[in-house]
Amino acid sequence: MRDPHKRPSRPLFVLLVLACLTMITLDSRGGSTSPLDPLRSAVGNVLGPAETGTAAAIRPFEQIGGFFRSNHDLRGDVARLEAKNTKLKNDLATTPVDRNRLAEYDALMRTAQDTGYAMVPARVIAMGPMQSFSRTATIDAGTSSGVHADLTVVSNSGLVGRVIRATRTTATVLLIVDSSSVVGGRLGSNNEIGFVRGRGVLGEKGRLDLDLVDDSLVPARKDVVVTWGSDKGSPYVAGIPIGTVTRVFSSPRELSRRAVLEPFVDFSSLDVVGVVVPGDTKGDRSLVRADGGTR
Amino acid sequence: MRLVRALLLAALVGLAVVLQTVVFRHLSVEGVVPNLALLVVVATALARGPEFAAVMGLVAGLVVDLAPPADHVAGRWALALVVVGYLAGRVRQDAGGSAVGTLVVVGACSFVGTSIYAFSGMVLGDPSMPVGEMLGVIGLGVVWDVLVTPIVMPPLLMLLRRIRPPQVAFR
Repeated sequence: MRDPHKRPSRPLFVLLVLACLTMITLDSRGGSTSPLDPLRSAVGNVLGPAETGTAAAIRPFEQIGGFFRSNHDLRGDVARLEAKNTKLKNDLATTPVDRNRLAEYDALMRTAQDTGYAMVPARVIAMGPMQSFSRTATIDAGTSSGVHADLTVVSNSGLVGRVIRATRTTATVLLIVDSSSVVGGRLGSNNEIGFVRGRGVLGEKGRLDLDLVDDSLVPARKDVVVTWGSDKGSPYVAGIPIGTVTRVFSSPRELSRRAVLEPFVDFSSLDVVGVVVPGDTKGDRSLVRADGGTR
Repeated sequence: MRLVRALLLAALVGLAVVLQTVVFRHLSVEGVVPNLALLVVVATALARGPEFAAVMGLVAGLVVDLAPPADHVAGRWALALVVVGYLAGRVRQDAGGSAVGTLVVVGACSFVGTSIYAFSGMVLGDPSMPVGEMLGVIGLGVVWDVLVTPIVMPPLLMLLRRIRPPQVAFR
């Protein structure tokens, strides 16, 4: 029997720490193909369906979660929210959540018409915790629906991010607000190009930085930034709205001017999104077509 | 019996990770959610001691590192939770008994765990955020973890003590 006052085993602790360090080394030195990828997809294949199931189970309650979400201006809003709370609770009981969903699908369909791409509709089921300092989300469409890495993800209001990894039934999306995300952006008013970088924060502070290539240019406030697109539309297709310019900085240290963008998409309440795919993609769910029809 | 216990513990870890990414995202404050995987490891430490908790930390950390929405270098949360399990196990003699002690241990472990994770990111050069905002996230995380402790910890401790292999009881 173990004596509780015995000093705990140091070698075991050291061994475990070394195991972690080995793993970190393997994963970070592997480059684009990590030796841990099979393990990742194995875990993803087990936990992905579990996440999808849980998301489906809590779906009727997720609107209620919004009632309790606290933010900075919550105090000022208490009175208004209390009135709205009652109304929304009634709405939740009477009108099914599906009605909102239908409206979102409709809007997504309009996006397909406006942008001229085919899309796989999907829902956000899970989001990485902020404590991991990265902004990623899981969607419930995977390789079985024709989703694979390096595809653009949009919502009805604008660019969401890109797929970085897909299992059979789920895919991981790197949101454009993640600090490792860089998107080629083009100013709507004069077609000047720049790079849009995430800041790694969500919600009220969920802003993006735009570095313009041409230093002499001053972006105007309220100017809309769209994606400039990459070769064969991978990872980003062209012409998807990203956000509007809210502030412009110019520092003597940096060569280019930096503008702050407010993204069109509200990343704290993502739900229905579309993955932009080639028009002839075969999968187990219907595509939203460029002509507005489904297949 | 050993296999059943192992499966139960694995299911517990899986459940914690799924809950914190799927359910709590609707309740998140600035994207910060309670770190349930960390709470499971701390509960294991309080119920079973440092060696077992460190192993549990490795398993729970790996699941957090590899489960779908995660996109950081694998092993970072594993490292953080191994240390958390070991530390919490070391101090359980002093703090395990009382409710306040448990809260203090959870708060300290949350701070240490997220900080180790953040620090490993800086060492690896993983893109992240300014230190000030990082500290804000760590602080919010501590508050969340301490808040859910009174709800989550008692049933967790009871479950973990129940599925402990039979032995002479000690505290």
